[in-house]
Amino acid sequence: MPNLDQKIERWLGTNTYHHSEFWDLQALVKAKEESGLTISLCIPTLNEAKTIGKEIIVFKSELMDRYPLVDEIAVIDSGSTDDTLAIAKSYGADTYLSADILPRHGSKAGKGENLWKAIYQLKGDIICYVDADIKNIHSKFVSGLVAPLIYRPEIQYVKAFYDRPLAVSGDIRPSGGGRVTEILVRPLFSMFFPELSALMQPLSGEYAVRRETLEQLPFPIGYGVETSHLIDVYQAHGLDAFAQTDLDRRVHRNQSTINLGKMSFGILQSFLNRIKHYDIVEGMPDLPGIFRQLQAEGRRYETLNREIIEEERPPIITLPEYRERHGK
Amino acid sequence: MEQPAISEELLQYQKELKGLREILFANIVMAGEIPAPTGGEQMLTRFLSDRFTESGLNDIAFDQAGNIAAVLPGRNPGRNLLLAAHVDKVWNDSDDHTVSVEVGRMGGRGLADNALGVATLATMPIILERLNIKLESNLILLGTTRSFGRGNLGGMRFFLENTDRKFESALCLEGMNLGRLSFSSLGMARGEISIEWSGEGERPDVTTTGVISTMQEVLHELIRLNGDSMPGLKILIGAVNAGSGYNVPPVSGRICFEIRSEEAEAVAAMEQKLFALADRFDQVSKEIVVGVEMIAHRSPGNLGDTHPLVEFARGVLETLDVRPKVEPSISELAALLTHRIPSLTLGLTRGSHRHSPGESIELSPLFSGLAQLLAVLRYMDRTDQKPF
Repeated sequence: MPNLDQKIERWLGTNTYHHSEFWDLQALVKAKEESGLTISLCIPTLNEAKTIGKEIIVFKSELMDRYPLVDEIAVIDSGSTDDTLAIAKSYGADTYLSADILPRHGSKAGKGENLWKAIYQLKGDIICYVDADIKNIHSKFVSGLVAPLIYRPEIQYVKAFYDRPLAVSGDIRPSGGGRVTEILVRPLFSMFFPELSALMQPLSGEYAVRRETLEQLPFPIGYGVETSHLIDVYQAHGLDAFAQTDLDRRVHRNQSTINLGKMSFGILQSFLNRIKHYDIVEGMPDLPGIFRQLQAEGRRYETLNREIIEEERPPIITLPEYRERHGK
Repeated sequence: MEQPAISEELLQYQKELKGLREILFANIVMAGEIPAPTGGEQMLTRFLSDRFTESGLNDIAFDQAGNIAAVLPGRNPGRNLLLAAHVDKVWNDSDDHTVSVEVGRMGGRGLADNALGVATLATMPIILERLNIKLESNLILLGTTRSFGRGNLGGMRFFLENTDRKFESALCLEGMNLGRLSFSSLGMARGEISIEWSGEGERPDVTTTGVISTMQEVLHELIRLNGDSMPGLKILIGAVNAGSGYNVPPVSGRICFEIRSEEAEAVAAMEQKLFALADRFDQVSKEIVVGVEMIAHRSPGNLGDTHPLVEFARGVLETLDVRPKVEPSISELAALLTHRIPSLTLGLTRGSHRHSPGESIELSPLFSGLAQLLAVLRYMDRTDQKPF
């Protein structure tokens, strides 16, 4: 596969950035203003009271007041039972309950639902998604992602990646490629979409995308949303539509192995849906949505079955409400 | 003395400062999350330097002690005011410096002492610009290093010994508590008593308790001396360290102490008593070596509670409905008063659990704290301070 390797190597050279390349925020704001682009920052939340306030303060201060790079900061919440929304609002974010957006279409549980509804609710030409559980928050988490979209009109989708983990300490660790990426997603990409294996951290929750691309994407509402996006954007635009930015370190909560199992099941479902959709494997059967885990108590063993159905929202451009609101 | 007929001015400041809250709060978060142990403050002084650069200040410099200073030029180039905050924190690099933000409150190690002071320094150029405050005097913004422990105010002392500017007056910023009004410094001597087992020969108690029995006797004597000492003199015992486990008697121990008094002579006399005490224990046996090392001294100084600067600052606090809490200082203020610079230390907001992992600050009172700071700063700018 010399051509593939060369292509990946070339892409890594031209489309992989380090956030420090965009240190000059003044220049970035100038380029943004010249391009006429507007930028929305979306933070999807569910019970993130511990970290949301800090994210809002830092982003609002650095990227709205000091350097006007971002035009709106919105928290889209799945129904937190802690103070997430009150804290976000008190520090100046626009706050929305996911269920209140597009009420005619109902409400589904899952982060992807918030991301999908954000496309309707927010105004920007670029939407930057940042997870709410980042403990070492910094403006680079946004500027490093939107910069390639501002400077290079051909780029559609920019993903974050971080240092690989060197050590695990307590419940906090620096995030690297991630266990699910290395054990599940990278092997799958290597088999079916080898060019996508060039993405260092395909599952990272931080990415920025042009509206015209986002509005064309179907949205799995659960764990598979990022994987599904990558496949759809790749199928529509190819590898050159992607860029990725090294944001150094990301400190966040660590997930238990049990949760990673559920996450992997959801991702695999979405992946296989896309395989079926693009007719990549002939005669793909319908597959069960029951994830089976085992637990032991002394010498008694039992199965824990959980139904995980990766529901999907249609491309938002197909909604008349969206077309009307955004003049499409 | 000029009466602080300033309630309108203070109200206006409070209102306008709230418009800068995001910038200020973000600076608190960032200053809070950067570790800055005494002697290892480079990352935090770099942060201050970057903030000063972003604010368009031209005259920004690090000195040999690692202090960072920037100048906001005034209309009168011959007149200088100093606004200082110590940059170092009591925490190590490896401690978790994560800041948590709730409604009206932030928590995290070192926020009150002294990330808030550092953040205020970082935000000051923007505050003055947005509030359209133009000073006659040059305002020197100074982040000082090596304040705590063995640092012995090394940063501030170096700055004052080497600057070629003459300061009309100065303010030191501490995160907590709003209402703090320090205008005097205590005489202080800080040291460590070390107790070592020489390892030559054995004493029966050494085999079971190591140096602990001697430490206990020394501590007993320190407590007795404290009780017998003249009024106003105190011996504080800040730390007692020995051993590292359960079953090995320690062969060395350390008692950290601080002598405080308003009288320099009383501090010096007690220091001599402690040397004599150590000598006495040292001569008890060849195997146990007892010594004293002094690591820091402060001279007492006092601006006086009738000094116009003190009276003005007190009036500002009363106007803000904040009860002034007068307390002597042993921090940077001591070095400033030693150099005969009329100076105060002011607290910026309410806080709790200082120097513990649960350290936190309240955000709402901060706007009163900053209004206080601006009012006092403007007073310093428009008046010649009485020597003391």
